[in-house]
Amino acid sequence: MSGFVEVKNLTKIFPNGTKALDSLNLSIEQGEFFALLGPSGCGKTTLLRTIGGLEQVTDGEIYIDNTEVTYVEPGDRNIAMVFQDYALYPHMSVEENIGYPLKVRKIEKGLRAERILTAAQALQIQNLMDRKPSQISGGQQQRVAVARAMATRPNLYLFDEPLSNLDARLRLEARTFLKQLQRELGVTTILVTHDQSESLALADRMAVMELGTIRQLGSPAEFFHRPANLFVASFIGSTPMNLLDGKIVNGMVHVGDSHINVPFATKSASEGQNVVLGVRPEYVSVSSPQSGGFTGVVKVLENLGTHYLVSIDCNGLLVRGTVPDGEEPTPGSIISLLPDPKRTLLYDKKSGDLI
Amino acid sequence: MLFLFPSAIFITIFLIIPAVWTLYLGLTNYSLTGLAAANPKFVGLQNYAKVLKDPEFYNSFKLTIIFVIGSAIIGQALLGFIIAWTFSDKPGKLRSFVEVIIILAWMVPSSVVTFLWSAFLNGQNGTLNKIIGGQTEWLITHPMLSIIVFNSWRGAAFSVLLFGAAIAAVPKSHLEVARIAGASKYRQLRDIIVPASRGHILTNLLLISLWSFNLFTPYLLTGGGPGGKTEILPIFVYEKALRYFNFGIASAIATIMLLINFVFALIVIRRGKQK
Repeated sequence: MSGFVEVKNLTKIFPNGTKALDSLNLSIEQGEFFALLGPSGCGKTTLLRTIGGLEQVTDGEIYIDNTEVTYVEPGDRNIAMVFQDYALYPHMSVEENIGYPLKVRKIEKGLRAERILTAAQALQIQNLMDRKPSQISGGQQQRVAVARAMATRPNLYLFDEPLSNLDARLRLEARTFLKQLQRELGVTTILVTHDQSESLALADRMAVMELGTIRQLGSPAEFFHRPANLFVASFIGSTPMNLLDGKIVNGMVHVGDSHINVPFATKSASEGQNVVLGVRPEYVSVSSPQSGGFTGVVKVLENLGTHYLVSIDCNGLLVRGTVPDGEEPTPGSIISLLPDPKRTLLYDKKSGDLI
Repeated sequence: MLFLFPSAIFITIFLIIPAVWTLYLGLTNYSLTGLAAANPKFVGLQNYAKVLKDPEFYNSFKLTIIFVIGSAIIGQALLGFIIAWTFSDKPGKLRSFVEVIIILAWMVPSSVVTFLWSAFLNGQNGTLNKIIGGQTEWLITHPMLSIIVFNSWRGAAFSVLLFGAAIAAVPKSHLEVARIAGASKYRQLRDIIVPASRGHILTNLLLISLWSFNLFTPYLLTGGGPGGKTEILPIFVYEKALRYFNFGIASAIATIMLLINFVFALIVIRRGKQK
């Protein structure tokens, strides 16, 4: 047993027959910030809830800190969870909310007050102690929910989309704060999110899930640079990756009318194989027409602030690239987009896997 | 305004005029028989004085309080809450089945229900005696208990539905935070469900207490007897008016009941506003 949290052959079938988890294996290291990412219905929340003991498993085992907890009550797992809706009790003050789990665990009053204060200070909400949840802002409510989790001093934090209910600006602030807090506490944390940027920004390691299984596991950098399959490739990245159907002919990738060199990283491309060429818009450069790559008419320019997202039409094929602010081409002009061969990926058309 | 006219007429004829008329009757010696019937006299607060000196009135008031506490607060509210809570985390189909069974008791007309209960509690051939094997004349030996059980059974549906809705409205995550903290089912109930349902509980207590306080249906079961043992206030008023034809006294009692209801409602609503 190596990981702090070990999930072995975990299967969860709901009474209505839905298979939410399909003999899933996962190992999470001590002190790690681990993110579970995926579209809705992929099983990420179910996985989190089974680790927390809120859902009964159908088959498989769960270990936390080298102890089997598969059938242990949630209250005996020494964990804390933060929910998307924060789950603050409207009839209790902020102080009572933070202290409630401690009260349930019969922690003596003096120690309880001390722990409430420590947690409140860490989250800078000590001046809100007498307020009711309805009298504070969404961002403050989120901090109270985190403080309540922190005050119990758990071995493991489970975060179920804790940032989703915040507005965009506050979410970025809370994200930085959460990462800093997790570093300081050093407690193993599992985060569930459907927002790929949140996952990339926060996690030490992450997993992308689909239909109850893990499609890829690794560091955020690995996810961004080398998505293991087309599903992950289309899911990760704030501007979607170019995914273009092609075929290997004479040692080149033929995509539409364009002939592209086989990428450096590709290990096993065989002649005549149907492939999908993947390149992020960030990794293409603009050059004059007919200098190789994809040549086409500039259709759309989208302002991303420091960059422009350029979409060109090469005989019905839509290719996107980013160019720095100030160097953007004029719409209607003809340009070429050159994929960086070091950053280009090839996927097998049939299996969808990276080759 | 014109659209309100038809309903305004009906409300005036059937609600406002009788209410004012009752208030007026309470100040007269109006009766259906004797001299007073032909020539009612204004007697001021004499009727009220008579009622408030009448030990029978206090006895009836006491019986009403026992009936309300027994059937409304314990029988309907407490039992209703327990049923609603017990089935709150059970599968939807089972819960719907229980709700339908309970609502049936609410749907059937009073006259039919009382007939069914007479048959159920009958000494010779009653269903209850057949089941437990006895000859007890329940309506004679335990009249108050009988009407309390009857009214609890009859009215519990309202509380079950109201509390069921209140419990269902508590977000699941609120209970899950408590579960992760290690709170027992009972603590989840005490610390989270009950405080979250406070408004529903007060509204429910107000409504069913008033309904039970003013309920006449037990008359169809016991006729107020035996020996006045189930003569709760609505039956007491009925007897005064339509058995002894003493409308003045009956109206005075009705007005006193109205005042009691009014004060009770004010207290409960006041409490509901303090948070």
